[in-house]
Order: sequence, then C-alpha cells, then structure tokens
Amino acid sequence: MSRPNVAVVVFPGSNCEQDVVYALRREGADADYVWHADTDLNGADAAVLPGGFAHGDYLRTGAIARFSPVMDAVRELAERGAPVLGICNGFQILAEAHLLPGALRKNEGLRFLCVWTDVVVTDADTIATRACERGQVLRIPINHYEGNYTPAGGGEARVVFRYTDNPNGAWHDAAGIANERGNVVGMMPHPERASESWLGSEDGRLVLQSMLESCRVIQRA
Amino acid sequence: MSSSNGSRVQAVAKIDVMLKPGISDVQGQVVERSLPAMGWENVSGVRVGKHLELVVEGRSLEALKEQVEQMCEKFLANTVIESYTVTVEPA
Repeated sequence: MSRPNVAVVVFPGSNCEQDVVYALRREGADADYVWHADTDLNGADAAVLPGGFAHGDYLRTGAIARFSPVMDAVRELAERGAPVLGICNGFQILAEAHLLPGALRKNEGLRFLCVWTDVVVTDADTIATRACERGQVLRIPINHYEGNYTPAGGGEARVVFRYTDNPNGAWHDAAGIANERGNVVGMMPHPERASESWLGSEDGRLVLQSMLESCRVIQRA
Repeated sequence: MSSSNGSRVQAVAKIDVMLKPGISDVQGQVVERSLPAMGWENVSGVRVGKHLELVVEGRSLEALKEQVEQMCEKFLANTVIESYTVTVEPA
C-alpha cells in the first residue's frame, strides 16, 4: 500500500503550511505543497488547508481564498468522500466555501487568543478523529481572532471537538465540526502545533494519524 | 455587456453590511459600553458594520442593482451571519 499523498494548500498569507507538512511527513505521509493558483491537487488522497491569513483575511476571513482556483479541486476531492481538513484559517475558508455549514465570527471577548485548549472528542467517526476514542480529551493550542463558530440559520452542526472551557463564545463549545458525511472537518485548534512532546503535547498527532488512516481505508476499499 | 445603441449608465453603488439581528454584535456592545465613560450616557443600540462603495457600468440602474445584490449574496456579505442593503445611484 502506498503512502497517503496529502496536498497542503498554500494561499498567499498562509503561515502554518511548513509545520503541517513536517508533521504529516513524520506520520508517514507523502505530503507536499500545492499553490492556491493551481487547478489540481496532483492526485492527492487528501487535502489540508492550513492556518494563516489567506489573502490577508481581507473583507472576511476566507472570503477571498474561497475563490482561489485550487478550491474547485478541493471541492471535487470533498465530494468524492476523500479527507479534507481545514485548520484555523483553513476552517474559515471551508466555511466560506460552504464545504462546511455555518460561519466563524470574532471571538466573544474581542481578543486574539493564542492559548492551549483542552478539547473533547465528541465524534470519533470522522476523518480527523478515527484514531481517537469518543470522550478523549486532546490538548491542542488555538491561535485566532475569528473562532466563534455559529451554525447556519440557528440550525445544527456535527460537532467533532468541544472545548472543555469555551475560550471564544463558540456555539455548543464547538472547536471543530464536520460535514454530514464526516470527510470534511474544520477545527480551530492546530494539531501540527501539538505534534512533538517538546512542544508541550503530542495529542495533535492523533488528528493527523486519523486523516492518514482514513486515506488507507479508502485505498483498501 | 454592450448595447447596440451604445446607451450606458454608470452608477455608484453603496453597500452596508451588518450582522443579522439575533447575531450578537460584540464590537457594537464594546463601543456602547465605552461611551458613558466619555460622558455620553444617552446612547444605546450601537451596531458596527461595513460600508462599501463601488462604481459599476451597464444597461440600466435596475440591472446594476441586481448585479450588486448578487455580488453581495456571493461574496461581499456572508449571509449566514450578515445582511446587506444596496443603493444604486447615477454616478
């Protein structure tokens, strides 16, 4: 079985792509960068939209990135059922692109938050949590100003991670959500920043391992 | 988008984007709470939004207004949490 090939999408203003590629390679992935102006993902099995400030976050976070040429390929991958993970700004982009429901608003306290959080895995049946146990608590840091998750039309959303101590006012303490199918996940915490013991936590590795395991399951099918 | 008789209109569109009612406007609340400290104690209902202006050209004001509204739906506003109003006037 070949190593999962993961495309890490780089927008102008992304700034976590190197950490994500490093952490994914360490887990055994064949991970590489794809520029936002490219129109295909080079046959990738999965895609990660990393954190940062794509297109300067002008107008709204993710609003302009949503129209980057590469997003058609990301949408195609998502519709095929392949794993698509948006981290922080990547989550905001997936929401703007309507690949995930709802929107990310300014944090309730109007403060940029760069802190460690504990999140509970509330759904272990997604591409980001397959290697976790339901109820497991992961220690993963956040780093954002717009992380206050709001569902569409006051409706529902499939919550994957829940903060134990809500830092930003997010609806239902949601730190991460999935689409109905569970193959597109957006999360505000940065798993790549919790991928070495000397960073303070290795819990983020479970998220990345989950995604790679999901690729292998699809390969086997 | 050119007409055979060459009659074109140029218009200025003014767009206000606000958080929908029911979505808490934390910026507005913080501004409102700050005003009494500066001596203005009779202010309520503060809301903070975005104002955009742009110039568009086309067949008619009606068509241009429709176009700008589509731009709001798709891009300039996030209709999950924001509402918008558009006015279009001859430039």
